[in-house]
Amino acid sequence: MTTTTAEDLATTRTPTQDAVRGEHQAGHARPALLLMAPFLILYVLFIIGPSIYMIVMSFFNGSLVQSGLGPFAGFRNYAEALGNPAFWASMWHTLWFTILTTPPLVVLAFVFALLGDRVRRGRWFFRLAFFLPYILPSAVMALIWMWLYTPEIGLLGRVVAAFGFPEPSWLGNPNLAMWSLAFATVWWTLGFNFVLYLAGLQDIPRELYEAASIDGAGPWQQIRKITIPMLARTTSLVVVLQIIASLKVFDQMYIMTSGGPNFSTRPVLEYVYDVGFTDFRVGYAAAVSTLFFILVLAVSGVWVFLTRHQEQGL
Amino acid sequence: MTTVADTRPQHSAPGTVTRDSIDRRIKLFNATCAGVLIAFALLWLVPIAWTIDTAFKPNAETTNPTWAIHDPTLASFRTLLAQGDIWNWYASSFIISTASAAGTVLTASMAAFALSRMRFRFRWVVFWFILIGIMIPHQALIVPQFREVSAMHLLNTYLAVILPQIPLAIAVFIFKQFFDGVPRDLDEAARVDGAGFFRTYWRVVMPLSRPVVSAVAIFTFVWSWNNLLWPLLVLSNPKLMTIPVGIATVQGSYGIRYADTMAFAILGALPLVLLFIFFQRRIVEGIAGTGLKG
Repeated sequence: MTTTTAEDLATTRTPTQDAVRGEHQAGHARPALLLMAPFLILYVLFIIGPSIYMIVMSFFNGSLVQSGLGPFAGFRNYAEALGNPAFWASMWHTLWFTILTTPPLVVLAFVFALLGDRVRRGRWFFRLAFFLPYILPSAVMALIWMWLYTPEIGLLGRVVAAFGFPEPSWLGNPNLAMWSLAFATVWWTLGFNFVLYLAGLQDIPRELYEAASIDGAGPWQQIRKITIPMLARTTSLVVVLQIIASLKVFDQMYIMTSGGPNFSTRPVLEYVYDVGFTDFRVGYAAAVSTLFFILVLAVSGVWVFLTRHQEQGL
Repeated sequence: MTTVADTRPQHSAPGTVTRDSIDRRIKLFNATCAGVLIAFALLWLVPIAWTIDTAFKPNAETTNPTWAIHDPTLASFRTLLAQGDIWNWYASSFIISTASAAGTVLTASMAAFALSRMRFRFRWVVFWFILIGIMIPHQALIVPQFREVSAMHLLNTYLAVILPQIPLAIAVFIFKQFFDGVPRDLDEAARVDGAGFFRTYWRVVMPLSRPVVSAVAIFTFVWSWNNLLWPLLVLSNPKLMTIPVGIATVQGSYGIRYADTMAFAILGALPLVLLFIFFQRRIVEGIAGTGLKG
């Protein structure tokens, strides 16, 4: 939800544009401050403050069970993280999960929306089918898929067995567990991208298709020459939002595999959770968080830059 | 239920042969599309159908993976609802999600009103200051936030969950974008009549912004309801846990009581599913409208 509307950045006029004209009016400052105060206070207290505190903490060897920053550590926490295979493994798992989920979540959502756009009646049914899973809490989704993946009696194992294959250990095999988690996640969150694409498709003027049809363009050509280019903006939105959402993965692993088997699915957020809240090493956890923070910030920064750039180019 | 879109113009002139063949091809194509999509939609519903199916079986029958239920029963639901913990979790989730949603809507819309309507010095500084917040992944802040909340002695209180969820930077931009599109004549008229800024905000601009208010409210409610990581850290008292935290904490103890587990899943999802069915159009328009405007 946080992510739905990052597009606004691109479309909202920045105050600079109209404030350049200069006039700030007397008598506006005080009420403006009062109106913004509740948001700004909570924002500084719980978002900006902790962001700065996190960076400060990362240079100290603090402990969760003691207050205070602890002894100064310089860059040692960062050096330790960057030299620690467990850190790189968790980074890789997060990245690997992102690689496994982003393409199907974008491509399938696009294809389903494309198909849905050609169907005029009964759209509520498709919205229900694809979007309903998205509304489920992660914990509920995890319960459902753990049941489907249950060895011997789980539905998926039965399906595989019905085709005569040996049933794999979906969540128990270190090589397969991440695929199983990704598969469940595609089922869970596809609906969001589907709805974004449906909305994008509705913005394409029908006359374009009619004109193309008069010119003798078949359906396949229409998709290639009209739909895909017209959806370029939607696609860049969906891709970036999806990458950011996938990088933040935690819930599925925490509940379904606890990062296992043998840490083979532990994402970086769970690594932070483990070192910070199990080992109580908050300084080190803050350093890892900061590295993760920079990664996500970089991805969204690149995107903000791209869309702003696009805007100005238009 | 599903008919195929007719892309032909209403009054198609006696077309040429090619035109007709194209139309026929498009019709066939659309029918194929509908067929493929229905197949996928049904496939997508299988896990949910299987969950419901399992929940109505007796626990002992779940080891038999068939759709048919020999002895349908509500026993699993009864057991869960009788245990009582789930009622506490519902209450926690409702209180936390409602307060978070109300808090976000109020604080973000007030800030957005100031940014949209008022001319004051450093406005662009505030604007960019909040803009940064959109890019900050809240999940990365769990360690410092935890220390902060613990220093405030808020651990194991609802406030510990609610307060950090309220300042949602993106909500300010959604509101600002909407307010920018509300004609200024109306609130300027109110101002001429002697209404102050706050009155203008509350009596003129907010009532005109119902669609965006409800979209933001629904989304922050759902997002807060589904949040796992943060409440998991700050709520360890089983009486205060939210639905997702409760599920995550006790799911291991259910063992092979699969019917109970699935009934649990259904009960955990039910309020949001009802919300979704009730507000389906609002939710979908919310994503489409705020997500892709321009």
